[in-house]
Amino acid sequence: MPQYFPPNTNAFVRWALLGGGAFTVALIVALPIYARTMNNAVGVPVEQPIAFAHNLHATQLGIDCRYCHTSVEVAASANVPASETCMTCHSQVRVGSPQLAALWTSWEADAPLEWNRVHDLPEYAYFNHSAHITNGVGCSTCHGRVDQMEGIWKNEPLTMGWCMECHRAPERFVRPRSEVFNMAYQPPSDQLTLGRELVAAYHIDTEKLISCSTCHR
Amino acid sequence: MNRALRLVVLALAGVLLLAGCGRNMAEQPRVGPSQATPFFADGSGNRTLLEGTVSRERGAIDPVFFTGQSEGALVTELPVELTFELLLRGQERYDIYCAMCHGYTGEGDGMVVRRGFPRPASFHDQRLLDASVGYYFNAMTNGFGRMYSYAGRIPAEDRWAIAGYVKALQLSQNATIDDVPADVRRALELAGTEGSIR
Repeated sequence: MPQYFPPNTNAFVRWALLGGGAFTVALIVALPIYARTMNNAVGVPVEQPIAFAHNLHATQLGIDCRYCHTSVEVAASANVPASETCMTCHSQVRVGSPQLAALWTSWEADAPLEWNRVHDLPEYAYFNHSAHITNGVGCSTCHGRVDQMEGIWKNEPLTMGWCMECHRAPERFVRPRSEVFNMAYQPPSDQLTLGRELVAAYHIDTEKLISCSTCHR
Repeated sequence: MNRALRLVVLALAGVLLLAGCGRNMAEQPRVGPSQATPFFADGSGNRTLLEGTVSRERGAIDPVFFTGQSEGALVTELPVELTFELLLRGQERYDIYCAMCHGYTGEGDGMVVRRGFPRPASFHDQRLLDASVGYYFNAMTNGFGRMYSYAGRIPAEDRWAIAGYVKALQLSQNATIDDVPADVRRALELAGTEGSIR
């Protein structure tokens, strides 16, 4: 039988195995480190077509989150308001302000304002706002003090590990339903006791919370 | 095979492996809420309702429930059962959607009015005291004066709750101590002296 492989093939295979092994080990070590340390754009303001100030609208004027994000209690997605919602006030208030030029363009052309996405979950993760709200997860638990933000940015990394912090132990975070939209809510000192009571009262199925198909369906 | 060719083949195989590193699982070829899409001519993934679309809220078509009118006249009775829960729901929704202009007591002195929006009439003016629940439902549904329609933002069920609450608000603002049951009156007076009544 003729020799198909030259003698240096042995060395090649040896190095390839060694290299492949080292590469795999490096991946296993580096990926979690990367995932845990990467900032994920937390705290980085996202530029928008209009410099909308949440702090002005929510805190100074006292407008409820739901005035604009109307679908948050009943749908998976918390809608970004239509230009019509802005115009409900701004057809009369601060008319002619250069800051609102993009709004008027959108209104007159009957074309939506193109806001830039701030929270963008990968599409293999299913997320539902209404399910969280009806089970006592407050707006500020995930979004931070949006009512104090002049711009808008992500307050949490929204990684799976971060989601699991609550999905593994919801009693650490749930609030009474009446406090969900209270942006200034502070958990009581006996949060764990209250949390356990609420988890029971809201029939939160803690087994389901850690099942893969709850979020990856 | 010479050495150079072998290297080229290896490099190509490496490139093929890298092709698996895209984020295409995270960005799937489907449209999510409010996303742009080249699929439709106007580039918007959100579609407007076709003309003549019938709401399937409440399962069936009920003209009184959806228009607040019966045979062309505004209804004077709620088409839903009046319960304490309905009024509480109405209060919550009123405080979210209406109080910004109409004020928490209905005086028409909300925060947006203080920032320049023309002042709406007080709900405690005689004309509006005489107005029916259907009148308020109609104003929310179709808009009124400078007020835009809220039909796209507040479901019909909630608009009725708000209409009911506005009537309750009117009663509350024009009530006297004689309207309070005797057993509650004492507690109310005590609370009043402490300045803690809302």
